[in-house]
Amino acid sequence: MPQINLLQAVNSALDTAMASDPRVICLGEDIGEFGGVFRATSKLQEKYGKQRCFNTPITEQGIVGFSIGLAAQGSVAVAEIQFADYIFPAFDQIVNEAAKFRYRSGDQFSCGGLTIRTPYGGGIAGGLYHSQSPEAYFCHTPGLKVVIPSTAYQAKGLLLASIRDPDPVIFFEPKAIYRAEVGEVPDQDYEIPLGIAEVVTRGTDITLLGWGAQMHQLHRAAKMALEDGIQCEVIDLRTLLPWDLETIVASVNKTGRLIVSHEAPRTGGFAGEIAAAIQEECFLSLESPIIRVTGMDTPFPLVFEKEYLPDYLKVYEAIKQSVNF
Amino acid sequence: MTAKANVIGVPRFTEITDLTIPTLSILDAEGKLRKDAYEPLINKATAMKIYQDMAYIRILDERMVAAQRQGRLSFYLTCTGEEASVVGSIAGFKNHDMVMSQYREQAALRYRGFSSEQFMNQLLSNDLDFGKGRQMPIHYGSCELNYMTISSTLATQIPQAAGYAYGQKLSGKDACTICYFGEGAASEGDFHAGLNMAAVSNCPVVFVVRNNGYAISTPTSEQFSGDGIAPRGIGYGISSIRVDGNDILAVYAASVEARKLALEKNAPVIVETMSYRLGAHSTSDDPTNYRSSAEEDVWRKKDPILRMKNWMLDKGWWSDQQDHQLKAQYKKEILDALKSQEKRPSPSISELITDVYKTPPAHLQKQYKDLLSHIDKYPDHYLPNPNKVDHQTALTQFN
Repeated sequence: MPQINLLQAVNSALDTAMASDPRVICLGEDIGEFGGVFRATSKLQEKYGKQRCFNTPITEQGIVGFSIGLAAQGSVAVAEIQFADYIFPAFDQIVNEAAKFRYRSGDQFSCGGLTIRTPYGGGIAGGLYHSQSPEAYFCHTPGLKVVIPSTAYQAKGLLLASIRDPDPVIFFEPKAIYRAEVGEVPDQDYEIPLGIAEVVTRGTDITLLGWGAQMHQLHRAAKMALEDGIQCEVIDLRTLLPWDLETIVASVNKTGRLIVSHEAPRTGGFAGEIAAAIQEECFLSLESPIIRVTGMDTPFPLVFEKEYLPDYLKVYEAIKQSVNF
Repeated sequence: MTAKANVIGVPRFTEITDLTIPTLSILDAEGKLRKDAYEPLINKATAMKIYQDMAYIRILDERMVAAQRQGRLSFYLTCTGEEASVVGSIAGFKNHDMVMSQYREQAALRYRGFSSEQFMNQLLSNDLDFGKGRQMPIHYGSCELNYMTISSTLATQIPQAAGYAYGQKLSGKDACTICYFGEGAASEGDFHAGLNMAAVSNCPVVFVVRNNGYAISTPTSEQFSGDGIAPRGIGYGISSIRVDGNDILAVYAASVEARKLALEKNAPVIVETMSYRLGAHSTSDDPTNYRSSAEEDVWRKKDPILRMKNWMLDKGWWSDQQDHQLKAQYKKEILDALKSQEKRPSPSISELITDVYKTPPAHLQKQYKDLLSHIDKYPDHYLPNPNKVDHQTALTQFN
């Protein structure tokens, strides 16, 4: 099986989707001949023509609105928003239109063929506007699905599942590990079902939960903890909306401890939702308070990026704090 | 880049006055063909249908405002004064063309064949409402009639219409999209995004801008300082035309040509209809707070329905007696539909959670079951009329 990086896996998923379904159309800023600023759409225009893979003007609300209409008409629209930080002009189209399209029409119309891909996250010296993790805003919107892969294998399988899902999906790509994350990815077509978390490492002492690029910090912290004799169960949520409560509950009932970690600011972050749901479900199993290891409640900084990010050392300290509670 | 730059050696600014958009006008205020005007090809059957649907909507609007005042509807919004802008434009399109409208174009839905019962089902949120009682009155939609469900958000349908039309183009069918909105909505970002996307991506979509003078209380003088909306189309490289929106023949002629252009060139077209919102913005609005009755009277004299009627009488295609009979018939039909459809039950409570997703996810099913258990504890507080919902079916639906 070929070893490719996460970005190549995204490209392979798009290629596979376009080859297997002539209704699939990719659009976004600079995604045409240039292949996107990260090259996620490389060679797609050459292979499938300008009508199915094309540049758009710089208008995120236009890109998403256009894609909603395209999906409603029966096409499968895969829109790229160049950076998740720039998704906000499209917020109304996503939250008021895409998410409510089926509901408001009584299932007469739907834009389920819509997938919005967008690179997110810090770690690339991108400062305020090339670093954000805006997933929680969208997880607050019924009607959307929110998916974040952490490996190359996941990126292809989850993206193919997202493109073919009957509901609109926002697919956040962890750009910090676009090239660093390399793994075995089948050439052929495969899907990873949405809504199901992956227990990556089995453990008995504490549950570590995250998604996207943050998984690497969790794995590193878990290795440090293991040297101290602490066995961490590491879970990759993969789909944030709807999220796999069952798997997390089973794990926390076993370990009695939970750490949830994300790059986004703490207040209103998705870890808060998970912590609330888990204390409702696992109150009597919990041995210590659920801990959130997250970004700070500041705009995403530039020179203090390293200090801001919830890295493996912060996760490691939280593990010790939880175990020694 | 334009092919040839027009170079000047001294600073000279281009003004809005350098670009004057003409207004297409075919019938005068009395419904007579204007001198030098060209009467579009229109057969008697089409003319009759246009006239009858305009008359129908005028009556529907009057009756529904009255029903709202009686407390039978929570909300209503009329098309009064703009019937020709809407019916004249939709009549230029084919039934398989998609309609993506704002919310004041119920006359287009009628033209497509929406029945009195169907209007009532939506307005009354009963069990036959296609939208399953989820949206406020007037948010119609019909898949069968290619009429996209309306949302309250302004201008969002504009970039969507561009995308829809792009899909139609790729499908190779002889179909396009007609997209309605008002001059107020044209201030939204989605207007600019949508026009630019439509032009750059060569989408066969016709944008019909109803310039009706007001956005709720805001007059056009406070909405924009340019010359209306049509010149903006030129700025985006879009063929644009302005018409007298109260002149049915002008609107129809422009719309027939616009559809042809859109499909021949695979390009967007703008039709700006100049008219006046004779009614309030909605039943929640009172225009006496912001405009004079003298101003309204000027426009009442330009009534588009009366103007078309006079033209039809002159043609010998219509008579006062027919007119009287038709209006009496519509009044009865509408009131009968109101009476019968308001007796229908509400949609099932289970529709609260369907269609959020294709399949209700586990967390939503749990919330729903919790709700039903709660309702069971306070049966008199919620769903007060047990005949109005099929509670038992609702309880078992997602088990």
